[in-house]
Amino acid sequence: MTTINTTVNPAQAKRARIAYGSVLLFTGLFIYLVFGLSAQAGLQTTYRINLAGSAALPVPDLVVPARLTITFMAGIAAFVGAFQLARGVRSTGALVGVIAVTFVIAFLTWAAQGKSFNLTGMISSSLVRATPIALAALCGVISERAAVINIGIEGIMLIAAQAAVMTATLTHNLYVGLIFALLVGGLVAAFHALLVIRFKVDQVVSGVAINIVGAGFTSFLHSRFLESNNALLNNSGVFPTLTIPLLSKIPVAGPMLFENNVIIYLTILLVAVMHITLFYTPWGLRTRAVGEHPKAADTLGINVHFMRYVNVIIGGMIAGLGGAYFTIGSVGRFDEIMTAGKGFIGLAAMIFGKWNPIGAFASSLIFGFADSLQVKLQILRVPIPSEFLLMAPYIVTMIILTGVVGRAIPPAADGQPYEK
Amino acid sequence: MTEKKKTKPETPEGIGGGSLGESLRVPALAVLTGLILGGIVILASGSNVFEAYYALFVGSFGDPGRFISGFQQFFTAGETAGILRAIRPITESLVTATPYIFAGLSVALGFRCGLFNIGAEGQFFIGALCSAFVGYSLVGLPAFIHLPLALLGGAAGGALWGVIPGYLKARFGAHEVVNTIMMNWIAFRLSDWLLNGPMKASGFRPVTPNVEPTAELPRFFADPIRLNWGLILAFVVAYGLYWFLFKTTLGFEIRSVGANPDAARYAGMNIIRNFVLVMALAGGLAGLAGSAQVLGVDHWVGQGFSAGYGFDAIALALLGKSHPAGVVFAALLFGFLRSGATSMQSIARIPIEIISVIQGLVIIFIAAPEIIRLLYRMKHVKAEETVLTRGWGS
Repeated sequence: MTTINTTVNPAQAKRARIAYGSVLLFTGLFIYLVFGLSAQAGLQTTYRINLAGSAALPVPDLVVPARLTITFMAGIAAFVGAFQLARGVRSTGALVGVIAVTFVIAFLTWAAQGKSFNLTGMISSSLVRATPIALAALCGVISERAAVINIGIEGIMLIAAQAAVMTATLTHNLYVGLIFALLVGGLVAAFHALLVIRFKVDQVVSGVAINIVGAGFTSFLHSRFLESNNALLNNSGVFPTLTIPLLSKIPVAGPMLFENNVIIYLTILLVAVMHITLFYTPWGLRTRAVGEHPKAADTLGINVHFMRYVNVIIGGMIAGLGGAYFTIGSVGRFDEIMTAGKGFIGLAAMIFGKWNPIGAFASSLIFGFADSLQVKLQILRVPIPSEFLLMAPYIVTMIILTGVVGRAIPPAADGQPYEK
Repeated sequence: MTEKKKTKPETPEGIGGGSLGESLRVPALAVLTGLILGGIVILASGSNVFEAYYALFVGSFGDPGRFISGFQQFFTAGETAGILRAIRPITESLVTATPYIFAGLSVALGFRCGLFNIGAEGQFFIGALCSAFVGYSLVGLPAFIHLPLALLGGAAGGALWGVIPGYLKARFGAHEVVNTIMMNWIAFRLSDWLLNGPMKASGFRPVTPNVEPTAELPRFFADPIRLNWGLILAFVVAYGLYWFLFKTTLGFEIRSVGANPDAARYAGMNIIRNFVLVMALAGGLAGLAGSAQVLGVDHWVGQGFSAGYGFDAIALALLGKSHPAGVVFAALLFGFLRSGATSMQSIARIPIEIISVIQGLVIIFIAAPEIIRLLYRMKHVKAEETVLTRGWGS
């Protein structure tokens, strides 16, 4: 079992310093030996900056000599490693950042040597792929800030995804589908809340049960009705890309941020709203109080159970929005188990983001990046089987959960039922 | 430690006091309620519930008419073909139950130590792949060496898949629920690669070659009946786990860690070691489930091989109150349900996923016995709490 050290003892700090330094040195060496030496001299890597068909003003492409860039990245990692061994840097997060950034840049440059690679396209698709993860993470944040663990996000998203596509196809209106996704998500979450608050069911067990029912029920409906009535029930179309005038003309950032569909805008808006609500309003203060010390909150007249119900239900609606993204936000039809673990990855993003909306969103972007990287690498025909690239987001999740990268502390009462 | 063990009352063994009938009532009613609600879903989807459940019954126990005509044939003409055809559904149910027993024991063992192993699914798949590999790659061994080796391979593969999240939990406090699920997805991707590449049999389909006959678990009857020694092995392993958990010092330690880790640590027990050990054993059990399926029934592994076993196993462990005997009964029940559902799908055209819905509901009712008590106006019996999980690590 791990204990959270508030005071760092010197021996431990020294060991950590040497460990991080060695890892950095090793990273530098690895980059140089594996990517640097195998990169052919004289080849260049072209990073295309302009998104095809975007409204933004064109920017010249970034062309770099492959081998030199890789060697440079190896040098940075090795230098930071040596510095770390000699002096020691406080922030482990920064060190891990250096490892990740140098490695990724070197790897991309190596993978795309002699070819061109659309950098903006990849970052933009990272945002797109991060959206369902971010929504799952936000659902987790708002529930767990009120001390209710919701591991059933995956199931909620599946049910909402199906509800969205069915209602949208039936009514020929995507917004009706969106509203239904929110309602259904809220409803399932309300059931979870009822189980864990009223009946004091183990929160993880309840979540798992929701996942099983969610997967089973949606697959049941899919094979019973959707497959045979595809045109009538499972063909909704998707939200169109909304290009925001003027802002989308900004070079590079414009097409990344301002040429998306409504769910992505809502997600970004939600991050801001949730951050403000949680940390700058009485409601947020109460929510956090209920999550940290429900007894004290109760003593001050806050209705603990009511706060938990409402937060879990709002969380469910957010997960419902995430579910809607899978169908009416991206492909326009429902497939069995189409969430593919995104709900759980969202929980990892929540932990990595330290139960904080902005942090959760930022770490979702990392997962989105890993996900879109994997797709791009397949296109580049990197000699690594695509199945291994597909594992990347899951492995990243596991690494993040070890807490090597900045240990996070959950709300104090997280997962515990409250009894007066 | 031994003295402590002896002073512990032997009768309840975790089932939670009360008479046997009392402790069986809630699970039985939970299953019943699950079936009723499942029936409502079937009804709402526009199918005939009675037709569906009759198909379920025939699919799991067999057609009564066939039994009669089968025995008539046997006594009049001395032919066994009719009987074999009549008992096939029952034996198929037992065949389906076999991996469930192993997988359910895996999750139950985790619960006993306060760990939630949702990774039985991936461990099952990896175990099956390892067994298949040992089974087809080694040629010319005698069966008494080859078969144990293949089983061992499966257990080892599953154990590896379990021990990784176990170690991460013990060392870093990383929550095993998320990590075992990530391991599931990694297992799926890995198997995709293996089945399309290194382990692919010649031909178009992404499946492994058939295992050698020396690695197969022997069957009891002639060909249409697939009942095999895997079932016996499952019973033996279940008894072994019971003995391990309740009659050995290590088992006592594991249960202590599960019941109260702080007290266990105070008593000098090594929590990290227990977590790692339990996850390795749990993974090994789930791996054996895969081995039993591949060596006893299918003889090869294809994509989607482990569909749903891991999640079913959770329901089994909860239903069986994490007691090996309870898990065996629950697994038999689910074996009959699943096997029957296959024929329900073919005869009454009810998608088999309805069983997942019923299982999820059963889990909810088992975990919230108060709902069952409210529904059936039962008196509040002594609370039988087993702490299953506790938050995010620490």
